[in-house]
Amino acid sequence: MMKLKKFIFCIAITSLLVFSLAFGVNAEPFKVAFIMPSTINDFAWSQSMYDALMTIQEQMGKEEFQFDYSESMFVVADAAAAIRDYASEGYDLVIAHGSQYGSSLVEIAPDFPNTSFAWGSTANVFTDQGIKNIFAYEPLAEQGGFVNGVLAAKLSRSGVFGVIGPIETGDAKHYTEGFKAGIESVNPEAQVNVTWIGSYSDVALASEAAQTHMDAGADVLTGTSQMVVGAIGVAQQRGAYWFGYDVDQSTLAPQHVVSSVDVVWAVALKPMIEMIKKGEMGGKIFTLNLENGGLKIVVNEEALVGKTIEDIIEGKIMLR
Amino acid sequence: MNDRNFREILMELIPLAAFLLALTIGTMLIAMLGINPLIAYRSLIQGAFGSLNALADTVVKATPLLFVGLGICIAFRAGVLNIGGEGQLVLGALSATIFCLNFPDLPGWILIILSLSIGLLCGAFWAGIAGFLKAYFNVNEILSTIMLNYIAAYGMNYLLRGPIMDPLQIQLGSFIPQTARLSRMADLPRLIPTRLHFGTVIAIVFAILVYILLWRTTIGFRIRMVGQNIQASQASGVDVKKYMVLAFILSGALIGLGGAIEVIGVHHRIFTDGSVSGFTGSAGFNGIVAALFGQLHPIGTIPASFLLGALLTGANKMQRVVQIPSALIGALNGLIVLFVVGSEFIRRHQSKIMEKTAEVKDSCQIKQNKEKH
Amino acid sequence: MEVTIIIGIIKSAIRLATPYLYASIGETLGQLSGVLNLGVDGVMLMGAFVAFYTVTQTGSLFLGLLAAILVGAVFGLLIAFINVTLKAEQGISGIGVYIFGLGLSSLLFRVLIGTVQTINGFSPLHIPLISKIPIFGEIFFQQNILVYGAFLLVPFTWFIINKTPLGLSIRAVGQHPEAADSLGVNIVRIRYLTVIVGGMLSGIAGASLSIALLNVFQQNLTNGMGFIAVALVYFGAWRPISVLAGALLFSTVNAIQIWIQVQGVNIPSDFTLMLPYIVTIIVLTAMAKRRVRPPKALNKPFERGE
Repeated sequence: MMKLKKFIFCIAITSLLVFSLAFGVNAEPFKVAFIMPSTINDFAWSQSMYDALMTIQEQMGKEEFQFDYSESMFVVADAAAAIRDYASEGYDLVIAHGSQYGSSLVEIAPDFPNTSFAWGSTANVFTDQGIKNIFAYEPLAEQGGFVNGVLAAKLSRSGVFGVIGPIETGDAKHYTEGFKAGIESVNPEAQVNVTWIGSYSDVALASEAAQTHMDAGADVLTGTSQMVVGAIGVAQQRGAYWFGYDVDQSTLAPQHVVSSVDVVWAVALKPMIEMIKKGEMGGKIFTLNLENGGLKIVVNEEALVGKTIEDIIEGKIMLR
Repeated sequence: MNDRNFREILMELIPLAAFLLALTIGTMLIAMLGINPLIAYRSLIQGAFGSLNALADTVVKATPLLFVGLGICIAFRAGVLNIGGEGQLVLGALSATIFCLNFPDLPGWILIILSLSIGLLCGAFWAGIAGFLKAYFNVNEILSTIMLNYIAAYGMNYLLRGPIMDPLQIQLGSFIPQTARLSRMADLPRLIPTRLHFGTVIAIVFAILVYILLWRTTIGFRIRMVGQNIQASQASGVDVKKYMVLAFILSGALIGLGGAIEVIGVHHRIFTDGSVSGFTGSAGFNGIVAALFGQLHPIGTIPASFLLGALLTGANKMQRVVQIPSALIGALNGLIVLFVVGSEFIRRHQSKIMEKTAEVKDSCQIKQNKEKH
Repeated sequence: MEVTIIIGIIKSAIRLATPYLYASIGETLGQLSGVLNLGVDGVMLMGAFVAFYTVTQTGSLFLGLLAAILVGAVFGLLIAFINVTLKAEQGISGIGVYIFGLGLSSLLFRVLIGTVQTINGFSPLHIPLISKIPIFGEIFFQQNILVYGAFLLVPFTWFIINKTPLGLSIRAVGQHPEAADSLGVNIVRIRYLTVIVGGMLSGIAGASLSIALLNVFQQNLTNGMGFIAVALVYFGAWRPISVLAGALLFSTVNAIQIWIQVQGVNIPSDFTLMLPYIVTIIVLTAMAKRRVRPPKALNKPFERGE
């Protein structure tokens, strides 16, 4: 009796193994862990990557691609714990979406050679320290800023522009410099005023900065980070044009948001995933720019010409 | 006698009961979001204690809470509210970092001791400003310490995006607001091969020192006297102003030391996200909570910080595992603080009942004895 | 040209000062009766969210305002219960309220609304005739209704505190609770009243942001304003007029530093950002000569027979 039981047991186990191998090999989804400094609905940096991952999941299907996320990881120590946790749980790719996470990755990546890590905005993959499983991604914010600047300069009547940024570092700095250059290329006499709010979330101060810019004559405003919603509100209320960054901000003020620089993270993520599947775990820097579609300028027709069309229809503009 | 011991033990458990009650409400919130609370809480515990790394993370998170908590203990005992933990942590961290950046070639131990000392002194200085202004200019300390927090944060932003930005960042053109990685000579030694570092030991040592200071020295006695009754202290000749300033200085010293240790023990550089708690992660506020949970006693603050660190670390894991919004974690933390703080009432009430019961018993005893004779 | 600059700065200052005013006056009332509430920011956030959400659901701005007042009252009740009845350590319970309010408002925002959106909030209400006065008319009488409310609140509160029996009771409870108690004043009732009203005002402060000045809600919309509001109570030495002065001072310097940045003056933005905080401390220090008497019973729970 015992022998029979043992035999059945062995068959069961073997079949289980075979089945799981068979299904396992095919049905093992690519698992991504996503660590972000703020929340998935911050309408800026974190949300844009979240949206990108959701889109990829929809396109590839949940059997092929899954992702989990950790929010509000602005404390680097917490993020480090999360990164380590995810890596030890066998995720294929851990995205540490923030420039402050680099030092944590340097510490953790060597312990998990079979996990791939990615971070940005940066161009550092630490190959000089012998690390082989870190990717980097860097949107060239200055390109988006330049295009926005050109468009802004052509639209502005006053020639005065207002920029509202958080602190003068990283992407915000690049975007602002690109914006200024774009304006200068069209209108060298233009005046571009820049204010730094000192944080990423002081909506009230961003709003007042927008008011002050407009008092100083600006009829075009732009800026980066999640607090610009305050400034967009002012643009809407007082009739200025707004140029956005990170996500398409036209939903907030459809008649005033002219264009937004949409960062298409998939342009970096998709080749990254392919590389990882083929066994290349790191070492490449993915630049997102206008050429490779990593940056997309989303122009909002309604803000550009909506009013004009309305005026023609209502007879305010007579052409014949 | 047994009855009394039993009741005493029960009293100690009241904060725990409050904590569990808060968790119950949290459970309802979690369930309302469609998540299995059991899985949620299991991941909370796993995140805090589930593995060697988790335990190390808990202790690493608790260490700055302990330093801040100790500083708050001293301040509270002197009767002042030091809300400036964030700024004092920043001063301690910044000064230690700048020192290490400028003297990278000093031998390890000297580098560590000097940078920690500088962090301690700068934290003391920052708090001392608030103390001085309160004692001699009647500037309320809640106002001054809150203002000083912002001033410190903006100062840090300025330095990190300019003078002490990592040259590598400038070279790469990414301009991330952080400093270069400090010399490895300044690294605090690890206790076990995890992120657990020697700073925790330093914290515990200082907890004992603070206890000795407050209860075994004249200075400490006077600090506590000033905290209990200003008029009586003045009447007995204690320079109230001096001791108020001293309390702030000591408070800031401990907190600044904590900030310095965060740098050379954990992060090995400074970075920020621009906000007041960009580097500290709100340790300046959470440390106040830890001090209270520890009954404002330096030794009590040790387990309190540990538990709070466990809660915070575990909560992060919980968010990861069941994918609840991090906002729920925040709400839960707040609820726990409220419940535990509110439960103090029950403890004091019970303690009063016990005292009264003891009195009654004693007077009965005396009566009985009298009747016997 | 110069006049328009000054007009712009003062208008900015008035707008910036509005939420601080509501919250500070509310906190002043509570503190006058002896209760410290550090959780003002949390209540502001809840008020801001509830007002915003109500407006998105009903389209009525006044319902939104009412909702904020209700939520503020509920939180005020909670704070009063914890601080007055349960006699908790007030500094800490306040921090608990802050963390809870921040978390709950963010959670509700996430679950009920999800994405950032704007609404049409209270728009500037020009007061007939006086708003046409050159300069002053534009600065003071073309603001929105919640701004007017904040400024009217100051003399109203001053009157209540200094000229009514209720105000006398409040101050007595804060200065000499034992004496007030022996005279039959219901300490608990007074403290509950001031804290609940304080909560309501904090709720309005939040609403002034989400449905009047900024017309948007986002996580942590207030970004620590509530703490500055508490600080301003000390600046104002528990006198409504001085609290107004403090709120205006802080906001004016803030408005000026933004203007300095816009003008492109070559000072690093971090230093201009520090200005409101530095100036507030310096001004308060300079005023040190006046004797400031905090309510003696501030932050001390009342026990009969103690």
